[in-house]
Amino acid sequence: MSLKKIFNSSTGRKAAMGLTGLFLISFLVVHCAVNALIFLNDGGDTFNRGAHFMSSNPVIRTLEIVLFLGVIWHIVQALVITRTNQKARPVAYAVVNANASSKWYSRWMGLLGTLILMFLIIHLKHFWIGSRFTGLQSGMILIDGREYENMFGELKLVFSKGIVVIIYCLAMVSLAYHLLQGFQSSFHSLGLKHKKYTPVVETAGVWFSILVPLIFALMPVSIYFGWIS
Amino acid sequence: MTLDAKIPDGDLEHKWTKYRSTIPLINPANKRNLEVIVVGSGLAGSSAAASLAEMGYKVKVFCFQDSARRAHSIAAQGGINAAKNYQNDGDSVYRLFYDTVKGGDYRSREANVYRLAEVSANIIDQCVAQGVPFAREYGGYLSNRSFGGVQVQRTFYAAGQTGQQLLLGAYSALMRQTGMGTVQMYARHEMLDIVVIDGKCRGIIARDLISGQLERHFGHAVLLCSGGYGNVFYLSTNAMGSNVTAAWKANKRGAFFANPCFTQIHPTCIPVTGEHQSKLTLMSESLRNDGRIWVPKQKDDPRKPNNIPEEERDYYLERRYPAFGNLVPRDVASRAAKERCDAGFGVGTSKMAVYLDFRFNRKRYGHLEANKQGNHHPTDEEVWKLGKDVITEKYGNLFDMYKQITGEDPYEQPMRIYPAVHYTMGGLWVDYNLMTTIPGLYALGEANFSDHGANRLGASALMQGLADGYFVIPYTIGAYLSQEIRTKAIPTDSEAFATAEQNVNETIKHFLDLKGKLPVDHFHRELGKIMWNKCGMARNEAGLKEAITEIRNLREEFWKDVRVPGAANEFNPELEKAGRVADFFELSELMCMDALHRNESCGAHFREEYQTADGEALRDDANFSYVAAWENKGNNTYEMHKEDLKFENIKIAQRSYK
Amino acid sequence: MLSGAISNRLGVLVLLIISYILNSMNLTLKIWRQQNRTAKGGFKTYKVSDVSPDMSFLEMIDVLNDKLIREGEDPVAFDHDCREGICGMCSMYINGRPHGPGKGITTCQLHMRSFQDGDHITIEPWRAAPFPVIKDLAVDRSAFDRIMQAGGFISVNTGNAQEANNILIPKEEADHAFSAAACIGCGACVAVCKNASAMLFVSAKVSQLAQLPQGQVEAKERVLQMVAQMDAEGFGSCSNTYACEAECPKLISCDNIARMNREYLKSSLT
Repeated sequence: MSLKKIFNSSTGRKAAMGLTGLFLISFLVVHCAVNALIFLNDGGDTFNRGAHFMSSNPVIRTLEIVLFLGVIWHIVQALVITRTNQKARPVAYAVVNANASSKWYSRWMGLLGTLILMFLIIHLKHFWIGSRFTGLQSGMILIDGREYENMFGELKLVFSKGIVVIIYCLAMVSLAYHLLQGFQSSFHSLGLKHKKYTPVVETAGVWFSILVPLIFALMPVSIYFGWIS
Repeated sequence: MTLDAKIPDGDLEHKWTKYRSTIPLINPANKRNLEVIVVGSGLAGSSAAASLAEMGYKVKVFCFQDSARRAHSIAAQGGINAAKNYQNDGDSVYRLFYDTVKGGDYRSREANVYRLAEVSANIIDQCVAQGVPFAREYGGYLSNRSFGGVQVQRTFYAAGQTGQQLLLGAYSALMRQTGMGTVQMYARHEMLDIVVIDGKCRGIIARDLISGQLERHFGHAVLLCSGGYGNVFYLSTNAMGSNVTAAWKANKRGAFFANPCFTQIHPTCIPVTGEHQSKLTLMSESLRNDGRIWVPKQKDDPRKPNNIPEEERDYYLERRYPAFGNLVPRDVASRAAKERCDAGFGVGTSKMAVYLDFRFNRKRYGHLEANKQGNHHPTDEEVWKLGKDVITEKYGNLFDMYKQITGEDPYEQPMRIYPAVHYTMGGLWVDYNLMTTIPGLYALGEANFSDHGANRLGASALMQGLADGYFVIPYTIGAYLSQEIRTKAIPTDSEAFATAEQNVNETIKHFLDLKGKLPVDHFHRELGKIMWNKCGMARNEAGLKEAITEIRNLREEFWKDVRVPGAANEFNPELEKAGRVADFFELSELMCMDALHRNESCGAHFREEYQTADGEALRDDANFSYVAAWENKGNNTYEMHKEDLKFENIKIAQRSYK
Repeated sequence: MLSGAISNRLGVLVLLIISYILNSMNLTLKIWRQQNRTAKGGFKTYKVSDVSPDMSFLEMIDVLNDKLIREGEDPVAFDHDCREGICGMCSMYINGRPHGPGKGITTCQLHMRSFQDGDHITIEPWRAAPFPVIKDLAVDRSAFDRIMQAGGFISVNTGNAQEANNILIPKEEADHAFSAAACIGCGACVAVCKNASAMLFVSAKVSQLAQLPQGQVEAKERVLQMVAQMDAEGFGSCSNTYACEAECPKLISCDNIARMNREYLKSSLT
């Protein structure tokens, strides 16, 4: 069977969603870990060094491209699958009691994903575009005699607006629910089911879905309220 | 016409082997030109169709359901017998043969039954190879359990869904052939007549149930695997669609109908709750392995069953039949339940039920489990809990089913059960080759009469259906088809096909033009009441004569006043039902005639005039050791032909389970 | 003695009638009516009275149809056969759920004691592109047969088989295979799935055979072909909401879907 056929099959697409999903989850871990450096509360020095490493290391830069491809693939697959799924039920039910059989967020992955995508665009505009192309509004900063981009300053600037903080927090709620379904679902789609390990994966998934978005959300909140400076 | 069963010569043990090796063969190139029509897709139909297609025949399969997998074989619960002797308890081909003939009260044909016992072991092999997930022991070996009427454990099972698993096995074989194009499947098609040309069966008329179009199909041979006619009683454990139409049309075209009055009433079914009831649900015979049947010793005992102390319970089966106890054959158990209820000891609101109680064995299992777990002094609660787990594993789906229907929890209180119509031993008369009296027309499975005599033992219906389909017909059909290799497919625009279709069309038109007042179900329900009251578990001369008159009157009313809505050229379930009930109206009269003529009691046929002092069936071997095969002479008149039964390998005795 | 028995029976009868009157319900049904595959369908509302809580849901529909026929109207067409939850033919979408309220049951096993006097009940056919409506509540599920034809079998001709006990299967594996094999092919999984996906149905068969030694030989081809046919029929994709498992009348587990995914990847990537 050709690879093309496999990736065009429903099961192949599922696997692709799962695989890209797990990849994006692994990105979240790294992203979260680096950003959490702000909680060291050292005026952003360590964080700025970390950000510099992430934007200058050739391996990371290559992975960044893979990451974008992963996001795009995840989205394209989602769109294709959604279209097939809509075609599979041309006449809708008059009455649906969906909550009797499934969790709402498992059914609204598309919507949650769209919200996350919208957030992603805002988020990239806030930080990534400046860093890569236009230069940060906060310019450069000297740390131990070396010049770094002042990413920490950019954070403080962006998160000084209440509305931005609220948008970020809401986005993290979407992310939490997206992960709550997506984490274990990725394993399921890849056929990784085991009577001993699946419960571990499921528990880990729940904790991951709560902790990672929570840590992310704490960043704008902490900066807005000046808990870190 | 004399009936020739074409039983091969020789010793009983070697008849089949020798015969099988001498049936003329057909070369593969010729097989490809021979067309076989199979009507019905249950165990017999699916297995026959798949096997014949594998051999190279061109096969067409018809079923009225939306898929072959829905045939009512799927509902068989308890298991399938086979003489494997895995339990080392003395089982053998001969013993299975003997049990079946005795269980059938010496009214079946020795040679057929012996062949059935011989091939039984192959069935298990075949099904396991297909991936049927039979129950297994911890060592990985196949597990067995007991069924009624026997003292060995030879029943293979898959929880309480054995029929489902076996049918899905046969269905998968059928689907494999369908996918390969060797079988053409016609689901949602109902056979409405057979076509006979120059004395041979050459095809069928079928109605496409969605479009309503009548279709003509040619076949060098036609296999009727259309099941039994228990629905003549309206209420039975059969599916709503189970019907006699295929077999009955064959009877009208010249196939004799044998022993129509032999209908099995299953002892353990969920009792009727009201007039609205549309069907009855069986609680598998396997439950009698672990359930004890009783009624209170005191009439109209108002207490809840669990409050009635041990010494005030009448375990009437254990009392009357100490050797077999709760595992007596179905006819015996049913009559005993009826006797207790008629005597006023029945339980429940209707008083037409007895208790099936698992408390005793639940405790026993609880103790065994506790011991297995190393707990040698379990508390009562632990025993009760552990026992429940064992019961759940063995019968979980049945207990759930019971709870759904009655709203009562059978884990906590005994089930209420009562006998209900379940299976029909009678059917189209067939010879050793399974051919009816119309050359080229065969009947397999429950649709024929051959193996179960006057009473079928539990777990033998699945065995027979699959034996006929997998291991008998693939050989025996060669005896006929080898003579047909020069017969070209007959064009379906020939006169015989046209006339047959015309007849079917007229009947349909008649129904639709009637514009009567009452729905088909009304008549069916009334017919069922007559049959259940007068041709059911117990029959007598006066009642049967009354029944015949009542049936005739009701039939006349039916043909005048039935209302069939809708049109012919559409999906019209009421029209389908009308045709089926019309056939039941004719068959029911024949059943009463057959019951009336058989002045003896045997197996499920219990004539009140013929019983021993202690209420057991009294056979009359001198006068009734024969198969009554009825020829349809038109206008509800019949001529009986006898096939004498000879027992050369078994000593006829009074059937005793005491 | 005899008169005692008669008066006793009479007493029972009176009691039955009283309990019947006390228990009977009146319901309003909103049912999808559609003349045939191509016709435009719509809802019609019906009243049914004197429904006993002991009736099954289908017997309640029988009562309605009896009334409709007597009044000269067209009865509601629906699929049903065994009426004991095993043939898989009955298929009603009741108040937004396939086979209605209740766990592990088919429509025919649903009893009216699950409803209350005065209830409004909406009844629709299974909705999925590969399940076109035949009439009213009856749909065409032949797509399932075609998926089975693509590979839902072990290729063993009659007579090929070896002695049954030569194949040893650990009890646990046999039990798991059985749990998957318990599927009745009713299509509730498709009906409830927001994507009209048939993954649970297909995976139950794939998984049953994949867990048995007999099924190993063709395991690779089987899963690829069955999935390909499933896609060709136009079923949707699985998005792991697990609604199918929750509504399956035979409680078939979604673990089977995971196993099928694994089998599929294993088969296609090797």
